[in-house]
Amino acid sequence: MSGSVHRDGPPAAGRNANDVRERARRYLGVARANLGRHQSVTITLAMAVVMVVLPVVAQLPPFNGFGRLNDYVFGFADAGVYVLLALGLNVVVGLAGLLDLGYAAFFAIGAYTMAYGASGFSGLGTPFWIMLPIGAFSAAIFGLLLGAPTLRLRGDYLAIVTLGFGEIVPVVFRNADPYTNGTNGITSIAQPNLYGLLGIHGFGFTNPWPFYVTILVIITIATMLLYRVQDSRLGRAWVAVREDELAAASMGINTVSTKLLAFSIGASTSGLAGVFFAAKLSSVSPEQFGFTVSFTALAMVVLGGMGNIWGVMAGAFVIYEIQSQGLKQLGNFVQGLGIPAFSVGPMTVDLSSINFLNYQYLLYGLALVLMMLLRPEGLFPSRRRREELHEAEEAAATDALSGAAGEA
Amino acid sequence: MTTSITPTAAATPLILSAHQVTKRFGGLIAVREVDFDIPAGSIVSLIGPNGAGKTTFFNVVAGLYDPTSGGVDFMGQPMVARPVRTWAEPLFWTALPVPVFIASLLVLGAGANLAGQVLLLAAFVLMVASLLVAVIRPPWYLALLTRASIFRSARPHEIVTLGIGRTFQNIRLFQNMTALENVLVGMHARLHASPLDAALRLRRHVREEQTGRDQAIHWLSYVGLEHREDDLARNLPYGDQRRLEIARALASRPKLLLLDEPTAGMNPVETGQMTELFSRIRDELGVTLLLIEHDMRVVMGVSDRVTVLDHGEKIAEGPPDVVRADPRVIEAYLGKGATA
Repeated sequence: MSGSVHRDGPPAAGRNANDVRERARRYLGVARANLGRHQSVTITLAMAVVMVVLPVVAQLPPFNGFGRLNDYVFGFADAGVYVLLALGLNVVVGLAGLLDLGYAAFFAIGAYTMAYGASGFSGLGTPFWIMLPIGAFSAAIFGLLLGAPTLRLRGDYLAIVTLGFGEIVPVVFRNADPYTNGTNGITSIAQPNLYGLLGIHGFGFTNPWPFYVTILVIITIATMLLYRVQDSRLGRAWVAVREDELAAASMGINTVSTKLLAFSIGASTSGLAGVFFAAKLSSVSPEQFGFTVSFTALAMVVLGGMGNIWGVMAGAFVIYEIQSQGLKQLGNFVQGLGIPAFSVGPMTVDLSSINFLNYQYLLYGLALVLMMLLRPEGLFPSRRRREELHEAEEAAATDALSGAAGEA
Repeated sequence: MTTSITPTAAATPLILSAHQVTKRFGGLIAVREVDFDIPAGSIVSLIGPNGAGKTTFFNVVAGLYDPTSGGVDFMGQPMVARPVRTWAEPLFWTALPVPVFIASLLVLGAGANLAGQVLLLAAFVLMVASLLVAVIRPPWYLALLTRASIFRSARPHEIVTLGIGRTFQNIRLFQNMTALENVLVGMHARLHASPLDAALRLRRHVREEQTGRDQAIHWLSYVGLEHREDDLARNLPYGDQRRLEIARALASRPKLLLLDEPTAGMNPVETGQMTELFSRIRDELGVTLLLIEHDMRVVMGVSDRVTVLDHGEKIAEGPPDVVRADPRVIEAYLGKGATA
């Protein structure tokens, strides 16, 4: 429009601004294309930046007032476990569109594989580094086993069956005493060991840095592989099955094996998380793998933005940190305000005595409700999901428009 | 019903031949004993009033439905009722004789000689009968095996691998994928890189993705969708969505392309372009086409042969001019008084 107005001689300032903007856009495009082409390098660089930035941020005010650096880094390593969980669940829920409410089962299977393969309980002393692929593999096998009977199910029914599986697995671990030591769980699981490489032997319990770096490396590799699979024939098949299963089958996609692969690839990522979790904590017990884990991972995926790998990772990290640090600090903050207790009718309200950790799931619930109302596609949605979710709105808008036009 | 191989069809090989296909939904017989042949390299249309069973028949061919009886051969191979669990079939042969044999032994052991010998003889007869049935394979036996999922029809995705592509009556694109991605999904059966190849970025995967992309762009331009590869499918205009569906089906390199009302809802200009596209697909790519169509101009203009279904039965078959003049067809479309 402005072009047609100033056809003969646009003002120099306007043209320069446009030029700059145009050039910036072009450079951005080139940069993006390059990053896309060298995706694995990009991911590695990004994770390296994250690795450095997180501890630095933890040193800055106000965060340095909340705890010691080492505690933070321990927390980051724990958050990494959830980031891995969310990454795997993203494949199942975000890409293939299969609602899985029993995802903690695979986490448990990975953790117990590690516990059985590398502890005094079984007498097997397999090194952590070998247990990583073994744990991922065994979780993948169980992913296939769970996937197989649920293939005819869709939506709600699938969710119920996976929920059942998620409940069965901890119960089995609780009762299969000879193999899992029952309710006591397995303790004294071997720590990862670098055998003197970089001067590190066993990782120990006091120094969080080896764990922190290890989980970041695992996440980096998992992200790289997941990105590659997502952009491949299989990744397209996942999205196609989610969009229209019948059409996908009529295009030559074997929907059965496509869904099974989604289940098992998702499960294997979760298995990796389980192995790391068991090694870091050095003990596992059945009650660590309850429904809340499945639910938390699902909330992370949904809040972060289904189908978007970076979004899901960010969502998982943010939620974990809010859960472990944010709520505690919120309590401290409110306490620090020193609001005197006041009474509302018969009730006495003392804000400074509230322990926000107790309200964790209440706040979770609120966050989910608000999120679904205001931004259903999540914090960092994939382009596709955003389009899908706003489809209905647009359709309604066009209907309203055409209705108005029809009346006019 | 009589077999209907016209002299011209006998000369060219048949790409698809359906014989005595019946599909029953509960008490409703949607398709009744239809024989249907498609000569290779032709354009064949299936027409009929609403509810005549066209789409049902189409879905049987596309592998979405198992026919209640009858079968479909594609390039001389039976497509329906293919064995999947052959190891379980012998169990069927023993299902009757073995229990009778055991019963006879029990009766003999209990001392009832005559009854035991009768049962033994019965077991022998049953065994011979079972073996005969297993060799002859009468339809009811195949139906039994199918019901026990020892035999089953080819699944839709296997049909694509065999070389049959399809489009849908109501467009079923992957709406939130780009045009290019839609065509790449259509190529699924012709790409072979495994997830492991993709995860490790093996040369096989990289090369296949590159050639796949080039081919997809080729197919898009073939149907007239140049430079639309990055548009989301649902943002394309209606006619272009129909074209994209055809491009997606062509990407699976079919030998037979099933088009379910491909010009529904199009204006005459678009319909003309579409008809021209059909001829090009047949002439340039050598793909045989089966159309279900309501638009008589399309049917009469492009088809080599037209088959008319009414109430699930084939009532006429032949070149367009002959079918158009057939009194039964006119009756089916316009009612009984129209023929007089």
